[in-house]
Parts: sequence; C-alpha cells; structure tokens
Amino acid sequence: MIEVRGLTKRYGAKTAVDSLTFGIEPGKVTGFLGPNGAGKTTTMRCILGLDYADEGTVTVDGKSYPGLAYPMREVGALIDAKAVHGGRSARNHLLCLAQTNSLPKRRVGEVLELVGLTEVAGKRSKGFSLGMSQRLGIAATLLGDPKVLMFDEPVNGLDPEGILWIRNLMRAMAAEGRTVFVSSHLMSEMEHTADHLIVIGRGKLIADCTMREFIAGSSGASVRVRTPSAEEFVRAITAKGATAATDEDGSIEVRGMTTEQLGDLAFSEGIRLHELTTVRASLEEAFMELTASSVEYRADVPGAQQPSTTIGSGV
Amino acid sequence: MATITTSDVRLHTLPPAIGRAGLRGALASEFTKLRSVRSTYWALGALLIVSIGVGALVMGGESGSLTHNIANRAGFDGTQVSLIPFFEIGQLIIGVLGALTITSEYSTGMIRTSLTAMPRRGVVYAAKAIVFTGVTLVFALITSFVAFLVGQAMVASTREGASLFGNVKIPANAIFSGPGGPGSPPKVTLQGIDVISASTVLRAVVGTALFVTLVALIAFGLGAIIRHTAGAIATVIGLMFIIPVIIQTLPQNWRQDIMRFFPDAAGRVISVTVPGGGDPHLWSSWPQMIVTACYAVGLLAIGAYMFRKRDA
Repeated sequence: MIEVRGLTKRYGAKTAVDSLTFGIEPGKVTGFLGPNGAGKTTTMRCILGLDYADEGTVTVDGKSYPGLAYPMREVGALIDAKAVHGGRSARNHLLCLAQTNSLPKRRVGEVLELVGLTEVAGKRSKGFSLGMSQRLGIAATLLGDPKVLMFDEPVNGLDPEGILWIRNLMRAMAAEGRTVFVSSHLMSEMEHTADHLIVIGRGKLIADCTMREFIAGSSGASVRVRTPSAEEFVRAITAKGATAATDEDGSIEVRGMTTEQLGDLAFSEGIRLHELTTVRASLEEAFMELTASSVEYRADVPGAQQPSTTIGSGV
Repeated sequence: MATITTSDVRLHTLPPAIGRAGLRGALASEFTKLRSVRSTYWALGALLIVSIGVGALVMGGESGSLTHNIANRAGFDGTQVSLIPFFEIGQLIIGVLGALTITSEYSTGMIRTSLTAMPRRGVVYAAKAIVFTGVTLVFALITSFVAFLVGQAMVASTREGASLFGNVKIPANAIFSGPGGPGSPPKVTLQGIDVISASTVLRAVVGTALFVTLVALIAFGLGAIIRHTAGAIATVIGLMFIIPVIIQTLPQNWRQDIMRFFPDAAGRVISVTVPGGGDPHLWSSWPQMIVTACYAVGLLAIGAYMFRKRDA
C-alpha cells in the first residue's frame, strides 16, 4: 500500500508535481498515466526517496521508504533500465544490489533465470539491448520478492514479445496479491494491463478511478442501434430525453441511454432492432479528452499562428 | 534470445527478514561494486607499475650517479627518492580511482539503482568510503614497500641504501678538495656520518602510503561534491599539482609562510629519512600529515552532506 499525500515537488521555478494525493491498493495493477512531462517519473522518484518532496508525504505500508527495514523486500522499483554501471556484469550488478538487503546469493541466479538472462549473466551490461536491460532491471526488482512493484514506462522501446512478457509478468504479480504500479504515456498499453488508473497532467491529479469508470465517464460512451424504423425510434429516444444522431450508414448513435433501456424501449414501441451495441470509447480517446488542457509540450501545426515551434515529444 | 515464459522458473521463498538492512550488507555490496569493474584493476595496476617501475628507473639512475660521482653520496636519501614516483604520480592515479568510485555512480545512473536498493544514504556513503579506504590502504602499503625494496635493490652495489631492519650510515657532507681532470669528476672528500635508522625508514614507507591514501580520500570527497568524473579529477590535479606550482611563483617569504597549509606538502616531508633533509619551512612529518588529513576529512564530510542532501 503506497500513500501519496499532498506531494509537491519543484525544480527551480517549475512545479513538476503539484499537491498530488492518491493511494495504491494491493492486488491490482494500477496504471499511472499522463502525457510526457506530466510528473510521473518525479512522483515515483519521490516515492523512492531519490528526490526530496518540497511538501507532502509518501508512505509505503505506513513508513517512509528510507525507513523500511529491508526496502527491496517491500518495493521492487524500476525507474530507468539504463541506470546501471555498464562495465559490470549482469550477475555482479544483481549481486551488489542483493547484498545491500542481505538477500541470499542464490537469489541472483534465480531471478536471472526468471528473466532469461542466464546465458549472458557474465557479460558486461554495456552491450545489452534495451530489451535485455529492461529484463535486467526487472530481475533486480524481483530480488527481494517485494510486495510492491513499481515500473516507470516498462515497455518503452520493447519489441512485441517483450511487451507481452512484461504485461503477463505484471498481471501474474498482481494475481499473487502484489501491488503493481506502472506508469505509461501509452493508453493502449494500460488498456490491457491496468485495473485501476491514476491520471495526472501538469503534476496535478486528473482522475483516480477504475478502468471501467474511466472509460464510462468519458463523453465518448455511446450505444449504436440499427433498425429498419430509424426515424420512429429516434423520435422515441429523444422523447426520453436522450440524444440520438443518425450516421451515414443509417445506424443511430445514442448517448444518455444504456443498451437495456434502449432494448426495453424498442420492445414497448414494437420496433425491430438489427443491432444494439455499446460503443466503448477507447481509453486513448478518453485520455486525450481528459488531458487536452494539460499537455505540456504541444506540437503546433507549422504555418499556423506560430510557425517553427514544433516540439518533438521526447520519450 | 529464446522465448521466455515466467512459469518455467520457480523462485525459492526468501528466508525471513531479521533486523534491518545496514552497514554490513552495504560494505559487502560496495566491495562487490569495486571488484567488478575494470577501472579498479586498471587503476591499481597502474599504481603498482608506475610507482614501482618509475621508482626502479630513478634508483637505477641514482646508482650510476652515486658510483660516478661520490659527492652525490653525501646526504643521499635513498628512501625518499625511491618513493617520489609513488607519492607524486601514484597519488594522482589512485585519486582518479577515488573520484571514479563515486562519480561513476552518477555518470552511469547507477546511483539511482543503488539508492533505491539502499535508501539510507549515510550508510551507502560510509560503506563506499570504508571499502575504498581499505582497498586503497592495502594497495598503497604494498606499493610503498615494494617500491622501497626494489629501489634499494637498484642501489645495493653502492652500499648507499637504507634498511627496514637496521641502521645505515651514510656520509653527511661532501667537501670539494680540488678540480677534477678532463672527463672525471672533481676531487671530493666525504665527511661526517648521518645515521638513517630503521624506524625512520619504516615511518617514511608507511607514512607515504598513508599520505597517498589521504589524497585518494580527498579525491573521493571531491567526487561526491562535484559528481562529474572530469571535474573531480581536474580539481584533484589543481589542488595537488597546480596550486603548488602557483605557490612556487609567489615571493619567497609568502611562499614559505603558506605552503605548509596545503595538502601536497606532507608527501615531501613524511618520506624524508636523512636528518635535516626536509624543507625547514614545513612542519615535521606528522603535523604536516594532519594538514592533509584535515583536507581529506573536511572534503569527505562536505561530500557526505551533499550526498545526503541533494536529489539523486
């Protein structure tokens, strides 16, 4: 259980995280979403005590992170897969981490095997691909068999196989009752992994809800209806106070009524239906809608008001 | 890489945790870090080879000049000469390792992983300093003794050496008693006797190793303060080599007043074994060593404060 209360972190004049409050529940995958520069990494660094918060508190199981008896047994965190000394072998890298928390040496071999790096355990990590580095970083998080796992953008730069592997790993860890806290700026990624979402933009909390609520809560949720008596049904729907729009292909898009209500309505009006489908707004759409005003670096269209100010979003 | 499925591997359950992570684990970890990167071996290898090798070359040259011109025998400090490459060049090599020990954590980003594993920063810093000091002290002592012994072997034929096991007598003064002929040195009479005691030699050999270790700690502290390898090494060079040169350009009375307050002076004093061989404007061995130690302790303390205070 991680609790963040009123967390504020400034770098000079810039406020990276602005009085952020949320909790992370065990046994779930909690997605931490936000555009680039929203403050996700800063929040995670503050949780781990790498950066000092200007205001607010962060606790892991009621204690500050540096106060944990054996931090690696409580939290396994991967902020940056490349944050290793490239001249050190994978095995020695893990060994020096395990030793800090008095973890048995055999654990190193076990986690190396788990992530599939046994064959390159003696090689210097300098030569590792990003995928291999990610695996090494994940191996390190598993050393202490922690209750909480924290990953910052774990699928960045990974191939589809690696993405699937991490996704399955996170699900498996949550299924074992662990807390999984994973950040991403890719909504599509969260759609497949997260149960719960914490969305931030410009350092502020935008949403803290379940995945289902997040999608349902967006204005994009609608029901598609196809019927031979479209005009008649639209009239009935609008009479009920919902909105209905007829699409080019003749189907009706209804907002403000559920499929159940629409089915009952059709039955009572004696209207035949050919299709009745909930159109879930994709997470991507819901996210874009929510964070539209909080994107830090906006790429202007060249030739518009401000030419030549296109800013590439760094990953 | 082959396809990986997590279900293939079973992790053993960990033994129950007792107490809390502390200095013991941190020490083991820091020792693993130090022994598992090549730069450690390069630096320690270079320390040994340069200090001992150049020391041997210098002493080989001295052997010739002692034989060729007996005037050079008067007051010849074989111990100090054999150790000069160690405390002049070797200090810089070990200083590079001292800086790297801490700056490489920042340059590679490893510091974030290290402090995530062990967030009690004071413990991490102390463990790093203790392990580095221990390894450096061992290698400095080995280097110092070997450089001394090899140096003595180079001048053995002249019987103008020093010994760790007994007192050695050398001529104190050389009196010129007439010009030499073409191609031969002037006529010289050696007068008086200087006694180089074994205990003085031991103090010089051990003390020089301590001096080099202190310089290494100065570099370590600067590494923690500056956090950039190149910046830290440049500052060490500035402190140990450039400032002494600048001091040499100052008016003599200023120079004589201030040079004892700089950390490089101790090396030139602690290595002296011949009576009256040191610079009269410097303090004696141990007070001068305390000056260097103050720099080391001060910089280590500032480094510790910044290591804990700043965002990693």
